[in-house]
Amino acid sequence: MYNERVMQEFAEPKNVGFIENADGVGKVGNASCGDIMEISLKIDNDVITDAKFRTFGCAAAIASSSVATQMVIGKTLDEALNIKNKDVVETLQGLPPQKIHCSVLAEEAIKKAVEDYRGKKNV
Amino acid sequence: MNRIYFDHQATTPTSKEVLNEMLPFFTDIYGNGSSQHYHGREAGKYIDIARRQVADAIGCKAGEVYFTSGGTESDNWAIRGVLDGYKDKGKHIITTCIEHPAMIKTLESLQKKGLADVTFLPVDNEGFISIEDLKSAIRPDTVLISVMTANNEIGTIQDIKTIGKIAKENNIIFHTDSVQAIGNVKIDVKEMNIDLLSMSAHKFYGPKGVGALYRRNGIKMGSFMTGGEQERNMRAGTLNTPGIVGLGKAIEIATRDIDKNNKYVSELRNYFIKEVESKIDNVYYNGTKSDKCLPSNANFSFEFIEGESLLLRLDLAGISVSSGSACSSGSLEPSYVLLATGRAIELAHGSLRFSFGKNNTKEEIDYCIENLVKIVQDLRELSPLFLKKKGENKYV
Repeated sequence: MYNERVMQEFAEPKNVGFIENADGVGKVGNASCGDIMEISLKIDNDVITDAKFRTFGCAAAIASSSVATQMVIGKTLDEALNIKNKDVVETLQGLPPQKIHCSVLAEEAIKKAVEDYRGKKNV
Repeated sequence: MNRIYFDHQATTPTSKEVLNEMLPFFTDIYGNGSSQHYHGREAGKYIDIARRQVADAIGCKAGEVYFTSGGTESDNWAIRGVLDGYKDKGKHIITTCIEHPAMIKTLESLQKKGLADVTFLPVDNEGFISIEDLKSAIRPDTVLISVMTANNEIGTIQDIKTIGKIAKENNIIFHTDSVQAIGNVKIDVKEMNIDLLSMSAHKFYGPKGVGALYRRNGIKMGSFMTGGEQERNMRAGTLNTPGIVGLGKAIEIATRDIDKNNKYVSELRNYFIKEVESKIDNVYYNGTKSDKCLPSNANFSFEFIEGESLLLRLDLAGISVSSGSACSSGSLEPSYVLLATGRAIELAHGSLRFSFGKNNTKEEIDYCIENLVKIVQDLRELSPLFLKKKGENKYV
Protein backbone atom coordinates (compact mmCIF):
# COMPACT_ATOMS: atom_id res chain seq x y z
CA MET A 1 0.00 0.00 0.00
CA TYR A 2 2.89 2.42 0.73
CA ASN A 3 5.80 2.98 -1.65
CA GLU A 4 9.38 2.30 -0.61
CA ARG A 5 10.14 5.97 -0.03
CA VAL A 6 7.31 6.26 2.52
CA MET A 7 8.33 3.03 4.22
CA GLN A 8 11.94 4.19 4.43
CA GLU A 9 10.89 7.48 6.02
CA PHE A 10 8.55 5.63 8.38
CA ALA A 11 11.19 3.07 9.37
CA GLU A 12 13.86 5.69 10.04
CA PRO A 13 12.23 9.06 10.61
CA LYS A 14 14.46 12.10 11.03
CA ASN A 15 14.15 14.91 13.57
CA VAL A 16 12.16 12.96 16.14
CA GLY A 17 11.60 14.74 19.43
CA PHE A 18 10.76 18.09 20.91
CA ILE A 19 12.97 21.19 20.98
CA GLU A 20 13.41 22.46 24.52
CA ASN A 21 12.66 26.19 24.64
CA ALA A 22 11.27 26.03 21.11
CA ASP A 23 10.44 29.35 19.49
CA GLY A 24 7.28 28.02 17.90
CA VAL A 25 5.15 24.91 18.36
CA GLY A 26 2.31 23.69 16.16
CA LYS A 27 0.05 20.86 17.15
CA VAL A 28 -2.79 19.60 14.95
CA GLY A 29 -5.20 16.69 14.76
CA ASN A 30 -6.73 14.71 17.61
CA ALA A 31 -6.42 11.25 19.02
CA SER A 32 -9.95 10.20 18.18
CA CYS A 33 -9.20 10.69 14.48
CA GLY A 34 -6.08 8.65 14.94
CA ASP A 35 -3.59 11.44 14.14
CA ILE A 36 -1.85 14.03 16.27
CA MET A 37 1.10 15.87 14.85
CA GLU A 38 3.33 18.26 16.74
CA ILE A 39 6.18 20.24 15.19
CA SER A 40 8.54 22.42 17.23
CA LEU A 41 10.82 25.02 15.64
CA LYS A 42 13.99 26.87 16.57
CA ILE A 43 13.99 30.22 14.77
CA ASP A 44 16.84 32.66 14.36
CA ASN A 45 16.36 35.95 12.45
CA ASP A 46 13.23 34.63 10.74
CA VAL A 47 15.12 31.53 9.58
CA ILE A 48 14.20 28.07 10.85
CA THR A 49 17.40 26.60 12.23
CA ASP A 50 15.98 23.42 13.69
CA ALA A 51 12.74 21.44 13.59
CA LYS A 52 11.55 18.36 15.42
CA PHE A 53 8.33 16.38 15.44
CA ARG A 54 6.31 13.95 17.46
CA THR A 55 3.39 12.13 15.87
CA PHE A 56 0.70 9.77 17.01
CA GLY A 57 -0.60 8.20 13.85
CA CYS A 58 -0.18 5.84 10.96
CA ALA A 59 2.92 5.31 8.84
CA ALA A 60 1.88 8.08 6.43
CA ALA A 61 1.50 10.56 9.28
CA ILE A 62 4.92 9.73 10.67
CA ALA A 63 6.59 9.85 7.25
CA SER A 64 4.84 13.15 6.40
CA SER A 65 5.98 14.83 9.60
CA SER A 66 9.52 13.57 9.20
CA VAL A 67 9.67 14.95 5.67
CA ALA A 68 8.08 18.25 6.71
CA THR A 69 10.69 18.91 9.39
CA GLN A 70 13.48 18.23 6.90
CA MET A 71 11.90 20.58 4.38
CA VAL A 72 11.61 23.57 6.71
CA ILE A 73 15.10 23.56 8.20
CA GLY A 74 17.10 26.40 6.63
CA LYS A 75 14.02 28.08 5.20
CA THR A 76 12.75 31.54 6.08
CA LEU A 77 9.36 31.73 7.76
CA ASP A 78 7.70 32.96 4.57
CA GLU A 79 9.26 30.13 2.59
CA ALA A 80 8.07 27.65 5.23
CA LEU A 81 4.54 29.04 5.02
CA ASN A 82 4.65 28.36 1.30
CA ILE A 83 5.14 24.64 1.75
CA LYS A 84 1.99 22.88 0.61
CA ASN A 85 0.81 19.41 1.38
CA LYS A 86 1.45 18.39 -2.22
CA ASP A 87 5.14 19.23 -1.71
CA VAL A 88 5.18 16.73 1.13
CA VAL A 89 3.42 14.15 -1.04
CA GLU A 90 5.88 14.79 -3.87
CA THR A 91 8.87 14.33 -1.59
CA LEU A 92 7.36 11.04 -0.45
CA GLN A 93 6.81 10.09 -4.12
CA GLY A 94 3.11 9.69 -3.49
CA LEU A 95 0.67 8.67 -0.76
CA PRO A 96 -2.44 6.48 -1.02
CA PRO A 97 -5.55 8.66 -1.61
CA GLN A 98 -7.01 8.00 1.83
CA LYS A 99 -3.71 9.10 3.41
CA ILE A 100 -3.41 12.47 1.71
CA HIS A 101 -4.89 14.08 4.82
CA CYS A 102 -1.65 13.17 6.65
CA SER A 103 0.29 15.51 4.37
CA VAL A 104 -2.35 18.19 5.01
CA LEU A 105 -1.74 17.79 8.73
CA ALA A 106 1.98 18.33 8.14
CA GLU A 107 1.32 21.56 6.23
CA GLU A 108 -1.02 22.74 8.99
CA ALA A 109 1.45 21.86 11.75
CA ILE A 110 4.16 23.98 10.12
CA LYS A 111 1.77 26.91 9.68
CA LYS A 112 0.62 26.66 13.26
CA ALA A 113 4.20 26.56 14.56
CA VAL A 114 5.14 29.67 12.58
CA GLU A 115 1.97 31.46 13.72
CA ASP A 116 2.76 30.46 17.29
CA TYR A 117 6.19 32.09 16.95
CA ARG A 118 4.84 35.27 15.32
CA GLY A 119 2.07 35.52 17.89
CA LYS A 120 4.54 35.30 20.75
CA LYS A 121 6.86 37.83 19.15
CA ASN A 122 4.10 40.40 18.85
CA VAL A 123 3.18 40.14 22.49
CA MET B 1 14.51 -12.58 6.58
CA ASN B 2 12.90 -15.05 8.92
CA ARG B 3 9.15 -14.49 8.61
CA ILE B 4 6.78 -15.20 11.45
CA TYR B 5 3.04 -15.56 10.92
CA PHE B 6 0.75 -14.57 13.80
CA ASP B 7 -2.39 -13.89 11.77
CA HIS B 8 -4.16 -17.25 11.73
CA GLN B 9 -7.58 -15.66 12.13
CA ALA B 10 -7.06 -13.89 8.80
CA THR B 11 -6.24 -17.20 7.17
CA THR B 12 -4.25 -20.37 7.77
CA PRO B 13 -1.85 -22.23 5.47
CA THR B 14 -3.41 -25.24 3.77
CA SER B 15 -1.88 -28.24 5.52
CA LYS B 16 0.20 -30.68 3.44
CA GLU B 17 -2.13 -33.50 4.39
CA VAL B 18 -5.08 -31.54 3.01
CA LEU B 19 -3.22 -30.45 -0.12
CA ASN B 20 -2.23 -34.04 -0.91
CA GLU B 21 -5.86 -35.09 -0.71
CA MET B 22 -6.81 -32.30 -3.13
CA LEU B 23 -4.14 -32.71 -5.80
CA PRO B 24 -5.60 -35.68 -7.76
CA PHE B 25 -8.80 -33.70 -8.28
CA PHE B 26 -7.08 -31.15 -10.50
CA THR B 27 -5.56 -33.58 -12.97
CA ASP B 28 -6.88 -37.12 -12.54
CA ILE B 29 -10.39 -37.05 -11.09
CA TYR B 30 -11.41 -33.96 -13.02
CA GLY B 31 -14.97 -34.84 -14.00
CA ASN B 32 -17.86 -32.49 -13.35
CA GLY B 33 -19.56 -33.82 -10.26
CA SER B 34 -22.95 -33.25 -11.89
CA SER B 35 -22.21 -35.37 -14.98
CA GLN B 36 -23.80 -38.81 -15.26
CA HIS B 37 -20.85 -40.62 -16.86
CA TYR B 38 -17.93 -42.36 -15.15
CA HIS B 39 -15.79 -39.23 -14.78
CA GLY B 40 -18.65 -37.30 -13.26
CA ARG B 41 -19.64 -40.13 -10.94
CA GLU B 42 -16.07 -40.46 -9.69
CA ALA B 43 -15.92 -36.77 -8.76
CA GLY B 44 -19.39 -36.96 -7.27
CA LYS B 45 -18.35 -39.87 -5.06
CA TYR B 46 -15.63 -37.77 -3.39
CA ILE B 47 -17.92 -34.79 -3.05
CA ASP B 48 -20.28 -37.05 -1.13
CA ILE B 49 -17.43 -38.18 1.12
CA ALA B 50 -16.55 -34.54 1.86
CA ARG B 51 -20.19 -33.79 2.59
CA ARG B 52 -20.21 -36.64 5.09
CA GLN B 53 -16.97 -35.34 6.69
CA VAL B 54 -18.53 -31.90 7.19
CA ALA B 55 -21.76 -33.41 8.53
CA ASP B 56 -19.90 -35.61 11.02
CA ALA B 57 -17.90 -32.64 12.28
CA ILE B 58 -20.95 -30.60 13.23
CA GLY B 59 -23.46 -33.35 13.96
CA CYS B 60 -25.89 -32.95 11.06
CA LYS B 61 -27.05 -35.10 8.16
CA ALA B 62 -24.98 -35.09 4.97
CA GLY B 63 -28.02 -33.83 3.07
CA GLU B 64 -28.04 -30.70 5.19
CA VAL B 65 -24.62 -29.52 3.96
CA TYR B 66 -24.39 -27.16 0.97
CA PHE B 67 -21.04 -26.20 -0.47
CA THR B 68 -20.39 -22.54 -1.19
CA SER B 69 -17.49 -20.27 -2.09
CA GLY B 70 -16.83 -19.41 1.56
CA GLY B 71 -18.05 -17.66 4.67
CA THR B 72 -19.24 -14.49 3.01
CA GLU B 73 -21.44 -16.34 0.55
CA SER B 74 -22.82 -18.59 3.29
CA ASP B 75 -23.70 -15.56 5.43
CA ASN B 76 -25.31 -13.74 2.51
CA TRP B 77 -27.29 -16.79 1.54
CA ALA B 78 -28.49 -17.45 5.08
CA ILE B 79 -29.83 -13.91 5.53
CA ARG B 80 -31.35 -13.44 2.09
CA GLY B 81 -32.65 -17.00 2.01
CA VAL B 82 -34.54 -16.69 5.30
CA LEU B 83 -35.96 -13.27 4.41
CA ASP B 84 -37.21 -14.81 1.20
CA GLY B 85 -38.55 -18.03 2.72
CA TYR B 86 -40.36 -16.38 5.63
CA LYS B 87 -41.54 -13.13 4.11
CA ASP B 88 -45.11 -13.91 5.17
CA LYS B 89 -44.02 -13.89 8.81
CA GLY B 90 -41.96 -10.70 8.71
CA LYS B 91 -38.55 -9.21 8.09
CA HIS B 92 -37.21 -8.53 11.57
CA ILE B 93 -33.72 -9.88 12.24
CA ILE B 94 -31.85 -9.85 15.54
CA THR B 95 -28.08 -9.88 15.38
CA THR B 96 -25.10 -8.36 17.22
CA CYS B 97 -23.14 -5.19 16.59
CA ILE B 98 -19.86 -7.15 16.44
CA GLU B 99 -20.68 -9.51 13.57
CA HIS B 100 -18.28 -9.87 10.67
CA PRO B 101 -18.75 -7.29 7.87
CA ALA B 102 -20.18 -10.12 5.72
CA MET B 103 -23.19 -9.97 8.05
CA ILE B 104 -23.24 -6.31 9.10
CA LYS B 105 -22.83 -4.79 5.64
CA THR B 106 -25.33 -7.19 4.13
CA LEU B 107 -27.92 -6.44 6.81
CA GLU B 108 -27.35 -2.70 6.60
CA SER B 109 -27.79 -2.77 2.87
CA LEU B 110 -31.01 -4.81 3.14
CA GLN B 111 -32.30 -2.49 5.84
CA LYS B 112 -31.57 0.56 3.71
CA LYS B 113 -33.61 -0.94 0.89
CA GLY B 114 -36.48 -1.64 3.28
CA LEU B 115 -36.06 -5.41 2.86
CA ALA B 116 -35.08 -6.07 6.48
CA ASP B 117 -35.62 -4.54 9.87
CA VAL B 118 -32.57 -5.22 11.98
CA THR B 119 -31.88 -5.06 15.72
CA PHE B 120 -28.15 -4.96 16.46
CA LEU B 121 -27.63 -6.17 20.03
CA PRO B 122 -24.93 -4.42 22.06
CA VAL B 123 -22.15 -6.34 23.82
CA ASP B 124 -20.51 -5.96 27.23
CA ASN B 125 -16.86 -5.10 27.92
CA GLU B 126 -15.76 -8.62 27.09
CA GLY B 127 -17.81 -8.86 23.90
CA PHE B 128 -20.74 -10.96 25.17
CA ILE B 129 -24.34 -10.22 24.28
CA SER B 130 -26.89 -10.27 27.07
CA ILE B 131 -29.40 -13.10 26.89
CA GLU B 132 -32.00 -10.77 28.44
CA ASP B 133 -31.39 -8.22 25.66
CA LEU B 134 -31.90 -10.97 23.13
CA LYS B 135 -35.16 -12.10 24.71
CA SER B 136 -36.59 -8.62 24.86
CA ALA B 137 -35.67 -7.90 21.23
CA ILE B 138 -37.87 -10.74 19.99
CA ARG B 139 -41.03 -9.62 18.15
CA PRO B 140 -43.87 -11.48 16.46
CA ASP B 141 -42.32 -10.63 13.08
CA THR B 142 -38.79 -11.80 14.00
CA VAL B 143 -37.73 -14.30 11.37
CA LEU B 144 -34.05 -14.75 12.18
CA ILE B 145 -31.62 -14.58 15.09
CA SER B 146 -28.04 -14.53 13.88
CA VAL B 147 -25.20 -14.50 16.42
CA MET B 148 -21.62 -15.33 15.52
CA THR B 149 -20.12 -18.29 17.39
CA ALA B 150 -16.78 -16.55 17.96
CA ASN B 151 -15.71 -13.04 17.13
CA ASN B 152 -12.95 -12.58 14.57
CA GLU B 153 -11.24 -9.63 16.27
CA ILE B 154 -11.40 -10.39 19.98
CA GLY B 155 -12.26 -14.09 19.94
CA THR B 156 -15.21 -13.91 22.33
CA ILE B 157 -17.32 -17.10 22.14
CA GLN B 158 -21.05 -16.55 22.65
CA ASP B 159 -23.35 -18.89 24.55
CA ILE B 160 -24.64 -20.49 21.36
CA LYS B 161 -26.51 -23.30 23.10
CA THR B 162 -28.62 -20.89 25.17
CA ILE B 163 -29.27 -18.64 22.19
CA GLY B 164 -30.32 -21.68 20.14
CA LYS B 165 -32.70 -22.73 22.89
CA ILE B 166 -34.32 -19.29 23.02
CA ALA B 167 -34.69 -19.21 19.25
CA LYS B 168 -36.33 -22.62 19.29
CA GLU B 169 -38.71 -21.74 22.12
CA ASN B 170 -39.81 -18.69 20.16
CA ASN B 171 -40.01 -20.54 16.87
CA ILE B 172 -37.38 -18.31 15.26
CA ILE B 173 -34.66 -19.53 12.92
CA PHE B 174 -31.17 -19.41 14.38
CA HIS B 175 -28.11 -18.81 12.21
CA THR B 176 -24.57 -18.68 13.50
CA ASP B 177 -21.50 -17.51 11.65
CA SER B 178 -18.97 -20.14 12.75
CA VAL B 179 -16.30 -19.09 10.29
CA GLN B 180 -13.84 -18.22 13.04
CA ALA B 181 -14.95 -21.00 15.38
CA ILE B 182 -14.76 -24.25 13.41
CA GLY B 183 -11.65 -26.12 14.49
CA ASN B 184 -11.50 -24.16 17.75
CA VAL B 185 -14.95 -24.63 19.23
CA LYS B 186 -16.84 -27.92 19.37
CA ILE B 187 -20.11 -27.57 17.49
CA ASP B 188 -23.10 -29.87 17.57
CA VAL B 189 -25.90 -28.28 15.61
CA LYS B 190 -28.57 -30.58 17.05
CA GLU B 191 -27.55 -30.11 20.66
CA MET B 192 -27.17 -26.35 20.15
CA ASN B 193 -30.41 -25.96 18.17
CA ILE B 194 -28.62 -24.34 15.24
CA ASP B 195 -30.68 -24.07 12.06
CA LEU B 196 -28.09 -22.47 9.79
CA LEU B 197 -24.32 -22.32 10.12
CA SER B 198 -21.63 -20.71 7.97
CA MET B 199 -18.07 -22.01 7.66
CA SER B 200 -15.00 -21.39 5.55
CA ALA B 201 -12.24 -23.93 4.91
CA HIS B 202 -9.26 -21.56 4.91
CA LYS B 203 -9.73 -20.75 8.59
CA PHE B 204 -8.91 -24.31 9.61
CA TYR B 205 -5.96 -25.26 7.39
CA GLY B 206 -8.07 -25.90 4.33
CA PRO B 207 -8.01 -24.12 0.96
CA LYS B 208 -9.34 -20.63 0.24
CA GLY B 209 -12.46 -20.07 -1.83
CA VAL B 210 -14.57 -22.88 -0.45
CA GLY B 211 -17.00 -23.09 2.44
CA ALA B 212 -20.34 -24.50 3.40
CA LEU B 213 -23.72 -23.59 4.72
CA TYR B 214 -25.46 -26.07 6.99
CA ARG B 215 -29.21 -25.81 6.57
CA ARG B 216 -31.39 -27.85 8.89
CA ASN B 217 -33.92 -29.85 6.89
CA GLY B 218 -37.22 -28.04 6.86
CA ILE B 219 -35.85 -24.50 6.91
CA LYS B 220 -37.50 -22.72 4.00
CA MET B 221 -34.95 -20.91 1.89
CA GLY B 222 -34.63 -19.75 -1.65
CA SER B 223 -31.39 -20.17 -3.53
CA PHE B 224 -28.89 -17.36 -3.65
CA MET B 225 -26.86 -18.36 -6.65
CA THR B 226 -29.21 -19.27 -9.47
CA GLY B 227 -28.44 -21.29 -12.57
CA GLY B 228 -27.80 -25.03 -12.75
CA GLU B 229 -29.30 -27.65 -10.52
CA GLN B 230 -26.29 -28.32 -8.33
CA GLU B 231 -26.64 -28.87 -4.58
CA ARG B 232 -30.22 -30.20 -4.79
CA ASN B 233 -31.20 -27.15 -6.83
CA MET B 234 -30.20 -24.86 -3.99
CA ARG B 235 -26.83 -23.49 -5.06
CA ALA B 236 -25.98 -23.21 -8.72
CA GLY B 237 -22.45 -23.41 -10.05
CA THR B 238 -20.07 -26.22 -10.96
CA LEU B 239 -18.86 -27.85 -7.79
CA ASN B 240 -15.30 -26.97 -6.83
CA THR B 241 -14.21 -30.56 -6.39
CA PRO B 242 -10.59 -30.00 -5.22
CA GLY B 243 -11.72 -27.32 -2.80
CA ILE B 244 -14.61 -29.39 -1.47
CA VAL B 245 -12.35 -32.41 -0.97
CA GLY B 246 -9.91 -30.11 0.85
CA LEU B 247 -12.68 -28.71 3.04
CA GLY B 248 -13.77 -32.23 3.96
CA LYS B 249 -10.28 -33.36 4.87
CA ALA B 250 -9.48 -30.14 6.73
CA ILE B 251 -12.60 -30.30 8.91
CA GLU B 252 -11.98 -33.99 9.61
CA ILE B 253 -8.45 -33.21 10.84
CA ALA B 254 -9.57 -30.10 12.73
CA THR B 255 -12.23 -32.08 14.56
CA ARG B 256 -9.91 -35.01 15.27
CA ASP B 257 -7.13 -32.78 16.64
CA ILE B 258 -9.24 -30.10 18.30
CA ASP B 259 -8.24 -30.82 21.90
CA LYS B 260 -4.57 -31.25 21.10
CA ASN B 261 -4.40 -28.09 18.98
CA ASN B 262 -6.41 -25.98 21.42
CA LYS B 263 -4.15 -27.01 24.27
CA TYR B 264 -0.96 -26.25 22.33
CA VAL B 265 -2.14 -22.97 20.83
CA SER B 266 -3.72 -21.65 24.04
CA GLU B 267 -0.49 -22.34 25.94
CA LEU B 268 1.42 -20.28 23.37
CA ARG B 269 -1.23 -17.57 23.57
CA ASN B 270 -1.24 -17.50 27.37
CA TYR B 271 2.53 -17.27 27.43
CA PHE B 272 2.37 -14.39 24.96
CA ILE B 273 -0.23 -12.53 27.06
CA LYS B 274 1.84 -12.99 30.19
CA GLU B 275 4.96 -11.69 28.46
CA VAL B 276 3.22 -8.66 26.96
CA GLU B 277 1.62 -7.68 30.24
CA SER B 278 4.79 -8.10 32.25
CA LYS B 279 7.12 -6.36 29.80
CA ILE B 280 5.06 -3.50 28.39
CA ASP B 281 3.27 -0.81 30.40
CA ASN B 282 -0.04 0.75 29.47
CA VAL B 283 -1.37 -2.20 27.49
CA TYR B 284 -5.01 -3.21 27.55
CA TYR B 285 -6.18 -6.72 26.77
CA ASN B 286 -9.29 -6.67 24.58
CA GLY B 287 -11.95 -9.34 24.94
CA THR B 288 -12.35 -11.93 27.64
CA LYS B 289 -9.69 -13.77 29.61
CA SER B 290 -12.14 -16.53 30.49
CA ASP B 291 -12.15 -19.80 28.56
CA LYS B 292 -14.86 -18.26 26.36
CA CYS B 293 -12.18 -16.91 24.05
CA LEU B 294 -10.72 -18.52 20.95
CA PRO B 295 -7.49 -20.26 22.05
CA SER B 296 -5.60 -18.57 19.20
CA ASN B 297 -6.63 -15.00 19.93
CA ALA B 298 -4.82 -12.21 21.77
CA ASN B 299 -5.94 -8.66 21.07
CA PHE B 300 -4.20 -5.76 22.80
CA SER B 301 -4.45 -1.98 22.73
CA PHE B 302 -1.12 -0.23 23.15
CA GLU B 303 -1.76 3.19 24.61
CA PHE B 304 -0.24 6.30 22.94
CA ILE B 305 0.40 4.60 19.60
CA GLU B 306 -1.60 3.87 16.52
CA GLY B 307 -2.18 0.32 15.31
CA GLU B 308 -1.04 0.68 11.73
CA SER B 309 2.38 2.02 12.71
CA LEU B 310 2.81 -0.87 15.07
CA LEU B 311 1.70 -3.40 12.47
CA LEU B 312 4.10 -2.04 9.86
CA ARG B 313 7.04 -1.82 12.25
CA LEU B 314 6.43 -5.45 13.24
CA ASP B 315 6.22 -6.31 9.56
CA LEU B 316 9.62 -4.68 9.04
CA ALA B 317 10.89 -7.01 11.77
CA GLY B 318 9.39 -9.98 9.92
CA ILE B 319 6.26 -10.48 12.02
CA SER B 320 2.79 -10.53 10.44
CA VAL B 321 -0.13 -9.52 12.65
CA SER B 322 -3.43 -7.76 12.14
CA SER B 323 -4.40 -4.27 13.16
CA GLY B 324 -7.79 -3.62 14.68
CA SER B 325 -7.46 -0.12 13.38
CA ALA B 326 -9.09 -0.24 9.99
CA CYS B 327 -6.87 2.70 9.06
CA SER B 328 -4.61 0.16 7.41
CA SER B 329 -7.40 -1.22 5.27
CA GLY B 330 -8.28 2.14 3.82
CA SER B 331 -11.02 3.49 6.04
CA LEU B 332 -10.03 5.72 8.90
CA GLU B 333 -12.47 4.31 11.41
CA PRO B 334 -11.14 2.46 14.43
CA SER B 335 -12.38 -1.06 15.10
CA TYR B 336 -16.18 -1.07 15.55
CA VAL B 337 -15.81 -4.25 17.60
CA LEU B 338 -13.55 -2.61 20.18
CA LEU B 339 -15.73 0.49 20.29
CA ALA B 340 -18.72 -1.80 20.93
CA THR B 341 -16.91 -3.27 23.95
CA GLY B 342 -16.59 0.25 25.33
CA ARG B 343 -12.94 0.85 24.51
CA ALA B 344 -12.05 4.54 24.23
CA ILE B 345 -11.57 5.60 20.63
CA GLU B 346 -7.84 6.32 21.15
CA LEU B 347 -7.31 2.81 22.46
CA ALA B 348 -9.37 1.31 19.67
CA HIS B 349 -6.99 3.04 17.23
CA GLY B 350 -4.02 1.41 18.93
CA SER B 351 -5.05 -2.22 18.84
CA LEU B 352 -3.37 -5.27 17.38
CA ARG B 353 -4.66 -8.79 16.96
CA PHE B 354 -2.19 -11.63 17.32
CA SER B 355 -3.64 -14.99 16.32
CA PHE B 356 -1.52 -18.06 16.78
CA GLY B 357 -1.56 -21.38 14.98
CA LYS B 358 -0.50 -24.97 15.42
CA ASN B 359 2.78 -24.40 13.57
CA ASN B 360 3.94 -21.50 15.76
CA THR B 361 6.60 -22.00 18.42
CA LYS B 362 7.58 -20.48 21.74
CA GLU B 363 10.80 -19.25 20.12
CA GLU B 364 8.76 -17.23 17.65
CA ILE B 365 6.85 -15.66 20.51
CA ASP B 366 10.08 -14.77 22.28
CA TYR B 367 11.39 -13.14 19.11
CA CYS B 368 8.12 -11.25 18.72
CA ILE B 369 8.12 -10.02 22.32
CA GLU B 370 11.70 -8.85 22.04
CA ASN B 371 10.82 -6.78 18.97
CA LEU B 372 7.44 -5.66 20.24
CA VAL B 373 8.96 -4.19 23.42
CA LYS B 374 11.47 -2.24 21.33
CA ILE B 375 8.97 -1.06 18.72
CA VAL B 376 6.37 0.04 21.27
CA GLN B 377 9.04 2.01 23.11
CA ASP B 378 10.24 3.55 19.83
CA LEU B 379 6.79 4.60 18.68
CA ARG B 380 5.95 5.97 22.10
CA GLU B 381 9.04 8.14 21.98
CA LEU B 382 7.57 9.44 18.74
CA SER B 383 4.18 10.09 20.27
CA PRO B 384 3.14 13.43 21.77
CA LEU B 385 0.54 11.57 23.84
CA PHE B 386 3.14 9.48 25.63
CA LEU B 387 5.17 12.47 26.76
CA LYS B 388 2.02 14.17 27.88
CA LYS B 389 1.39 11.22 30.14
CA LYS B 390 4.95 11.37 31.43
CA GLY B 391 4.42 15.07 32.17
CA GLU B 392 7.50 16.14 30.28
CA ASN B 393 5.92 18.52 27.86
CA LYS B 394 4.90 21.92 29.04
CA TYR B 395 3.35 22.81 25.69
CA VAL B 396 0.72 20.09 25.69
